[in-house]
Amino acid sequence: MVAVALADLGASYGKRTILSGIATDFLHGGTLTAVIGPNAAGKSTLFKRIAGLLAGPGTVHLSGATNGKDPIRYMPQDTGGNAVLTVYESVLLAAKQGSGWRVGDDELNGIDEILRALDIQTLAFRELGELSGGQRQLVAIAQALVRRPEVLLMDEPTSALDLYRQIEVLAFMQRRAATSGMAVLIALHDLNHALRYCDQTIVIADGRMRAAGPTSEVITPAMLRDVYRVEARVERCSRGRPVLIVDSPAA
Amino acid sequence: MSVVAAPAGVLAGRERYRALALRRIVLLSALAAALFASVCADMALGPANYTIAEIFESLFRSEHVSDQLRVVVWDIRMPIALMAVTVGASLSVAGAQMQTILANPLASPFTLGISAAASFGAALALVAGTALVPLAVGYMVPINAFVMAMVAALFIHFASTMRGVTVETIVLLGIALVFTFNALLSLLEYLASEQALAAVVFWTMGSLTKATWPKVFVTAAVLAGTLPLFARQAWALTALRLGEDKAASFGVNVRRLRLQTMLTISLLAAIPVSFVGTIGFVGLVGPHMARMLVGEDQRFFLPASVLCGALLLSVTSVVSKTILPGAILPIGVITALVGVPFFFVLIFGSRRRAW
Repeated sequence: MVAVALADLGASYGKRTILSGIATDFLHGGTLTAVIGPNAAGKSTLFKRIAGLLAGPGTVHLSGATNGKDPIRYMPQDTGGNAVLTVYESVLLAAKQGSGWRVGDDELNGIDEILRALDIQTLAFRELGELSGGQRQLVAIAQALVRRPEVLLMDEPTSALDLYRQIEVLAFMQRRAATSGMAVLIALHDLNHALRYCDQTIVIADGRMRAAGPTSEVITPAMLRDVYRVEARVERCSRGRPVLIVDSPAA
Repeated sequence: MSVVAAPAGVLAGRERYRALALRRIVLLSALAAALFASVCADMALGPANYTIAEIFESLFRSEHVSDQLRVVVWDIRMPIALMAVTVGASLSVAGAQMQTILANPLASPFTLGISAAASFGAALALVAGTALVPLAVGYMVPINAFVMAMVAALFIHFASTMRGVTVETIVLLGIALVFTFNALLSLLEYLASEQALAAVVFWTMGSLTKATWPKVFVTAAVLAGTLPLFARQAWALTALRLGEDKAASFGVNVRRLRLQTMLTISLLAAIPVSFVGTIGFVGLVGPHMARMLVGEDQRFFLPASVLCGALLLSVTSVVSKTILPGAILPIGVITALVGVPFFFVLIFGSRRRAW
């Protein structure tokens, strides 16, 4: 099964250092890892650095990958672009990068399967420009999954989704990771989602890693006060699930 | 939201996609047929009144027709008709790829100053006799046009990669380039001899009447040489239209693709301009017509841009011969007059988004 270890990872834009000293060795296939932190903490930069889209110090060590061509896939936050393409074509486009013009039945079947799995097959022949923000986000997930990555870096994949779709997508990703052995890193702002769906959590603030480990051990009142500047606590609901309750801004 | 057993409609997506692709191939075939008809009409029309049958006889049994007919068809009309096709296709493809890599519907060799730069380069050769590449004095005009076009294209490219530069900024920079090179062109015109002035004016109005076989071959060769480069990058270029981040996440080397494409575009835009002058409308509208007809999958968009640009200029060539009997009006003027109404029909008559 795939595993990712980050060693002293950093990135900079020009002379400005955006990210430094990120190190972890617990990113394994079959698990979901939340990457949390305030706005502009460096979450997207971390993903781009892991995906090789940004240069910088440190190393990303990938082991156990079987898809030698394209094992790590980054799903950017931006679902924009106003191409005159149907949803189906845009997913095909993701699948066909680096390939020839000819499109085989197997490839089209793969797209049908992904669209069905995400329950967006009814959007297949609508143009991207006609979609809502949430629908675009679901299409972006389909584009990310269609190449069957072994490590998937999802940058705020639920930010435009309604509540139902948020929990559907996260539960789906949890199942998908478990069945396919994919390692999934998800940047999230809703910490209750991290508590409920993610095995591990990495906390980033000001471009540095502030905490990392099992989610229940990382999301603590002390961390929330320190990183998010709020007084908050994690309680158990009537079903025994951990729930984050924010009381007030930190003094 | 789970992977379930395939329902009855499992093939619906696949089959609908196949049908969509087939519909586009039919559309491309229809465009090709319309282009063939337009080229035939272009060759049939002219001050010397020959019938279609005589034209075809001259084409396929040239030894059985008079020398005059052969000369009119082979040395005058056919180079003009084919030049319209190659120039229209080149400018349209250049505009299509410029709109793609800059994510800007207003991008075209004309609107971003590349045509104006090429015209200035050509005028520099005609008026001042200045060769920007001294080794090839014999081809001073097209080479000057190409060098200046490339300078403008690279300027636009590097400006577009600077931090904080938006698509609106690029258009403003392009407009600034147009004004700069037009001002320099006017200065050269002011200083030019009467003969050189006439040659420079030829550029600014655009004309196919001086088309010759070597010019047709060069334009066609450049087009034929560059199309495979774009075709090879079809998926990557299409991905760029989803946004830079998305394309990069698909594994596209965005920076390299943009640079390669911009260099190729400068070649595609410069050569036609150096031969036939400034023809502005085709590079802007040809791609939009193609986009409205077949979408932006480059496997269809690229050939559609070729055909729409070629058809637009070929029809314009026909119209330029028929408005005033016995006179051939400047093609650059007619292009807009023919293209604008057609473009309006497409925009207002189609429910499909133009951009």
